[in-house]
Amino acid sequence: MKNGEVVRLIDVEKTYRTGEMEVRAVRGVSLQIQRGEFVALMGASGSGKSTLMNIVGCLDRPSAGRYLLDGADVSGLERDQLADIRNRQIGFVFQNFNLLPRTSARENVELPLLYGDHRLSNAQLREKADRVLASVGLEGREDHHPSQLSGGQQQRVAIARALVNDPEVVLADEPTGNLDSRTSVEIMGIFQQLNDRGITIVMVTHETDIAAYARRNVIMRDGVVLNDSAVTRRLDAQTELERITRSTTER
Amino acid sequence: MRLGSTLNIAFRALRRNKLRSVLTALGIIIGVAAVIAMVGIGNGAKAQVEAQIASLGQNVILIFSGSTTSSGIRTGWGGAGTLKIEDAEAIRREVPGVTAVSEEVASTTQVAAGNQNWFTRIYGESADYFDLRQWPLADGAPFTPQDVRSANKVCVVGHTTATQIYGNDDPVGQILRIKNVPFTITGVLTPRGLSTQGVDQDDVVVMPYTSAMKRVVGGTTLRNINVQAGDAHQIDAAQQQIVSLLRQRHNIRPGRDDDFTVRNQQEIAEAATATSRVMTLLLGAIAGVSLVVGGIGIMNIMLVSVTERTREIGVRLAVGAHGRDILTQFLIEAVSLSSIGGLIGIIFGVGASKLLSIYAHCPTLISIGSIALSFFVSAGVGVFFGFYPAREAARLDPIEALRYE
Repeated sequence: MKNGEVVRLIDVEKTYRTGEMEVRAVRGVSLQIQRGEFVALMGASGSGKSTLMNIVGCLDRPSAGRYLLDGADVSGLERDQLADIRNRQIGFVFQNFNLLPRTSARENVELPLLYGDHRLSNAQLREKADRVLASVGLEGREDHHPSQLSGGQQQRVAIARALVNDPEVVLADEPTGNLDSRTSVEIMGIFQQLNDRGITIVMVTHETDIAAYARRNVIMRDGVVLNDSAVTRRLDAQTELERITRSTTER
Repeated sequence: MRLGSTLNIAFRALRRNKLRSVLTALGIIIGVAAVIAMVGIGNGAKAQVEAQIASLGQNVILIFSGSTTSSGIRTGWGGAGTLKIEDAEAIRREVPGVTAVSEEVASTTQVAAGNQNWFTRIYGESADYFDLRQWPLADGAPFTPQDVRSANKVCVVGHTTATQIYGNDDPVGQILRIKNVPFTITGVLTPRGLSTQGVDQDDVVVMPYTSAMKRVVGGTTLRNINVQAGDAHQIDAAQQQIVSLLRQRHNIRPGRDDDFTVRNQQEIAEAATATSRVMTLLLGAIAGVSLVVGGIGIMNIMLVSVTERTREIGVRLAVGAHGRDILTQFLIEAVSLSSIGGLIGIIFGVGASKLLSIYAHCPTLISIGSIALSFFVSAGVGVFFGFYPAREAARLDPIEALRYE
């Protein structure tokens, strides 16, 4: 396991211009995330957390300030260079899963590999995708289409897709927003397992009980960081699941 | 290079929307099939016309008698009776490069044999006629130069005339009464079918022009003279010499109009093929319109597809696709649709023209060139109409595309 800083934001600002109006979504954020951290980025809507997430995910460029990803400045890169960074170093998990419809779980997971520079044969693609799918507990469902999978299973496919290129950091935007509470805990369990394996996770959420599965909570308001603290009473997904199972069987 | 992956991605996307892909390709299929079939019909008609022009004979020059004006009424060509037998003989004698000459007179009349009779065309010709028109006999023998010199009462009948009068009997050696003069039939011509004007070329009786002038048509002048040049290069020179020879013989002073008209086969062929060329062009243009409509169909579906798949494009961009990858993907989708449609269209088009020629007796001619051209045009249609939607897709902002509902 490598050590050191994965994400370093220095006085990052983002200003949108909509006609005459100027919206300062992020107004000077400095933030460091170490390798192996599990950060929950919290805040109400309009707090700037999604904008910050887009910058960390290299989907957007800061208007001012610098962003070092794994030590390299990526704040001034071109569109295609950012695409390569996203392909190699970042894995995305979305609230609405964003899987390709009518496409098997395996093909969804293969997607980032198709855009990489590596030359893999179809058999190698398949093998790699199947291995990652198995690691999120979807062995035997490789050929299922999203419509044949439950919400939780679809989100696992999305997580597998995020992991398939061995990224520096996994970014999850409200990953449990469309899931029921039990499935949400299951997904948090997967994140905790991944984190235990050393994978860096940054998760945007507005639910405090979901944020409690992370190790560190960053709370934003009006484009600045309001509070940044370690989670004191961290929830363990495994224990929580057992508790939920027990309470349902007792009932 | 990422082209392999991009191809893979595009084909996966097409397979995901099977029905839509098929329907979109259908526009191109119909367009290409229409182009192939229509151009096939046009070319078939052109080939037919050309074959008939060729049946006129090779390197043939036709000289028509001029028209005359009598009491303000103008007769058509041949009306003036300016061509004399001596003119034909002078051409035969004096114009170099001329290999055959046939003096021609013509008339229509009733012919009879036994209890049958038939109204047909009578041609008086020289013995060179059958070589000159490349019209061999199916049965019997043609009349001879001796028959022409002696104005013998012999004739050769066309296939239609023969069947109308003699049915299945052999007409060779039989007596045919023309204007109550008995003529001996020496031979039957091979069938030629309809001319481009729809005239039955086999509904004729051909006899020595001397006999025709003496016993059937009357008069002392020729309707026209058919001349054959030795080869194609000699046609122009021979034509010029014939004009100056005839002007001299007819005492036409410089500056005055000819009292005859000379046409060569190429001029006639050009006039006739021009018509069928216009027809091919017209049919092809109509079919081309349907190909353009098919292309617009592709553009429409690709635009819908880009809008509908905005989220998909967002995901692709998020996981590392370059704008160029998206552009190539959608272009490949469009070109695959159009070129696969083009291939199927070629099959249908060829099939349709085969059916047309079998069941509608419409001659069709399909060239490898027109097949290759329609394939590349259909692929080009895909590139042309696919480019705009593909560029729209490639320009999408990943954040907005991901958020698109």
